Amino acid sequence: MNVTVLRSQNEQDGITAKTHEEKEFVYKTTDLNLWYGSTHALKNVNLDLYENEVTAIIGPSGCGKSTYIKTLNRMIEMVPGVKTSGEIQYRGRNILDKSYGVEDLRTQVGMVFQKPNPFPKSIYENIAYGPKIHGIKNKKVLDEIVEKSLRGAAIWNEVKDRLKENAYGLSGGQQQRLCIARCLAIEPDVILMDEPTSALDPISTLKVEELIQELKNDFSIIIVTHNMQQAARISDRTAFFLSGEVVEYRDTTTIFSNPTDKRTEDYISGRFG
Amino acid sequence: MNKLVDKEIVAKKMPSRIIRNQVFKGLFFLSTLFGLLVLGVLFYRIITQGIGYLDLDFFQNFASRRPENAGIKAAIIGTIWLMVVVAPVSLILGVGTAIYLEEYAKKNKFTSFIKLNISNLAGVPSIVFGLLGLTIFVRALALERSVLAAGLTMSLLVLPVIIVASQEAIRSVSKELREASFAMGATKWQTVLKVVLPASIPGILTGGILALSRAIGETAPLIVIGIPMFVAFLPKTIMDTFTVLPMQIYNWTSRPQAEFQDVAAAGILVMLVLLILMNSIAVFIRNHFQKRY
Amino acid sequence: MPRGNDKEYSVQQMITEKRLKKKNHFNFEKIIPGLLLLTAVLSVLTTIGIVFTLIFETFIFFDRISIIEFFTNKKWYPFSATDASFGIMPLVVGTLKVTGIAAIVAVPIGLATAIYLSEYASEKARRIIKPILEVLAGIPTIVYGFFALTFVTPILKQLIPSLETFNALSPGIVVGIMITPMVASLSEDAMSSVPRSIREGAFALGATKLETTIKVILPAAVSGITASVVLALSRAIGETMIVSVAGGSTPNASFDVTSSIQTMTAYIVQVSTGDAGYQTTIYYSIYAVGMTLFLFTLFMNLFAQFITRKFKEEY
Repeated sequence: MNVTVLRSQNEQDGITAKTHEEKEFVYKTTDLNLWYGSTHALKNVNLDLYENEVTAIIGPSGCGKSTYIKTLNRMIEMVPGVKTSGEIQYRGRNILDKSYGVEDLRTQVGMVFQKPNPFPKSIYENIAYGPKIHGIKNKKVLDEIVEKSLRGAAIWNEVKDRLKENAYGLSGGQQQRLCIARCLAIEPDVILMDEPTSALDPISTLKVEELIQELKNDFSIIIVTHNMQQAARISDRTAFFLSGEVVEYRDTTTIFSNPTDKRTEDYISGRFG
Repeated sequence: MNKLVDKEIVAKKMPSRIIRNQVFKGLFFLSTLFGLLVLGVLFYRIITQGIGYLDLDFFQNFASRRPENAGIKAAIIGTIWLMVVVAPVSLILGVGTAIYLEEYAKKNKFTSFIKLNISNLAGVPSIVFGLLGLTIFVRALALERSVLAAGLTMSLLVLPVIIVASQEAIRSVSKELREASFAMGATKWQTVLKVVLPASIPGILTGGILALSRAIGETAPLIVIGIPMFVAFLPKTIMDTFTVLPMQIYNWTSRPQAEFQDVAAAGILVMLVLLILMNSIAVFIRNHFQKRY
Repeated sequence: MPRGNDKEYSVQQMITEKRLKKKNHFNFEKIIPGLLLLTAVLSVLTTIGIVFTLIFETFIFFDRISIIEFFTNKKWYPFSATDASFGIMPLVVGTLKVTGIAAIVAVPIGLATAIYLSEYASEKARRIIKPILEVLAGIPTIVYGFFALTFVTPILKQLIPSLETFNALSPGIVVGIMITPMVASLSEDAMSSVPRSIREGAFALGATKLETTIKVILPAAVSGITASVVLALSRAIGETMIVSVAGGSTPNASFDVTSSIQTMTAYIVQVSTGDAGYQTTIYYSIYAVGMTLFLFTLFMNLFAQFITRKFKEEY
């Protein structure tokens, strides 16, 4: 997808073009291809993701949206037999380059998963985990980080009296916000979210969505969702994936009100997927 | 129309088929009861036979030629000494191997060879481990009939049990937890140490305790490496010689005087209580922690 | 975040500082896999140690006693001062007698128990019975030996007056009892891994539980069951204390189960508790016997693994 074209289109539409102009890229994906063994899962993906925005990635199951987001912090490497070609620049450096330390990358780029996955430890220890593994051991600093992160994830008031209790005692929605807080604890630059509300009830989903709206002031958020209403509600930009390709990528308002590609239109009007 | 299935015949045969099913169910159940029955008889026998010798003296006395003076002190202390060597050695080696196989090993011929080797090692008779211990530890490394030589031999013997239990425990830690840790920028070893091991500790401990109880009850390898059965002193270091509960029991069992059979039963009682205690702890750990993860 | 001063602290900055400091440190991450590999290799070294120990000492033994005599001579009189003979046959026969009797006890009872637990028992019954079987499997063999000598043999003597104090029958039965839980639990695993849908298919046709078990479940689980029996019998062959305590020390190649016998394992125990000197022929003979025993059990274990892998049911 050509970004300049996109931008001029935005200007034509007169929508939020100015704010986009000022923003920088966090990720710049160029000709990304990915194979699981012989399955070609991502085909020539070109996608630029902006700072301090919520970018939604939508598409039917198996379209490659989860694969793409997992490539952004190289979690995809945990799948045996994965091969990639092309480039993903994060803040100007190609992360697919083997010399890029994967731990460094993931310290900058946090991730929230489909199913809440807190550690079987206390709420406090869950949050302190990231800072601790990165060498922060000072108890006072850790206390501050824990409080700040839990406040940041809008869960502090619910758990402040039981920080020492096991995180498994929390409800599913609380667990997911705890996982977001855990992510915030190392103050990442980008937060990747892989269908973060798909295992949650509607009320918990709403809370997480509100949280995402707040978080975008301090973080760049990339969220995979198969819920189009969600994408429309919370994101600034939306990319539509189909069979491993980016079909359309533009302003969320535009893509939902006035899609240019027939396939996008079919998908968002519920004709398939 | 010619019917292939005659409903009448089927209906006629049905009651006898159902009766046969009931009869066999009874047979299967009785067979199951047989094991439980044997266990009951065995415990009853040993308790009635041995309880008379269980007094304070029995725990305070060393071995003696006279049954009424015979005691189990050296064997109990010796068993504890043996555990002091076996527990750390076998746990470090066993858990280390399990972590390697589950977290680090690549899927190649060498790894599957190690796995095949471990499952075969589990099937080697314990007495053969005694021959290994005799040649390597007692003679070649000149450790003599010491606590250390016996402990190392026993550690190798129970190693497969700990490896397999730890592997299962590590494997049961969900992929999501590992992902969460890696996504925070944790290294592999940090993830293993801070997430995988804590979550698999209950399983590892359960396996470890079962392995230790196996080591407590084993006799054959110790006979082969020449651990004495008649000891009237306590070891002071791991280089001293000693005896353990099953050796002492074997000694009493093989004596001709009938009274010594009762002493043996008393010794067995002590050993069984110790083992049941350990197994209860293992079961407790398993039940207590299993639900949470 | 109030911190007493206005300066906003940054976690990322702290992380970077820590990382720079750490760079000079000893790199743990790199040596850990090596250390772990070392522990894993130790288990391989144990096997190599066993094999080499046995081979090495057995060769010395075969220097003194010909390998042909070892396998063909039908007499095992190692302690005879004038006319020592080392034919392993009687020890093997003794071992096989005990193993055979154990199989007669353990296979039907173990299988029936497995069928009951897997097909008939309620969840509650299973929860009670399985731990008890585990206890039975966890009892030290010396206890079983004591039980055989002081309980089973006297009872058998009442039934068979000609039974000797030491014999093959009593330890055989008790070894059978010892390996029953192993047959039961491994076979039960094999049977319960037959998927529910296969069972339901048979039940839906109106088959009784017995018919389903015999015609559907058992054939589907046959490789797992065979493996469990082979493994249990390999265990019986290597069993030492029961036969040492209750079997006697009279090697003989007859198939009589009422007279005193000696198994391979019991012979090793006899020599180890006796006063045979280091580096005598008798000393080396325990390695030759141990080697024979090791090969027996090794082939049985490999065979069990082979059938589980070869005939692994695909559901």
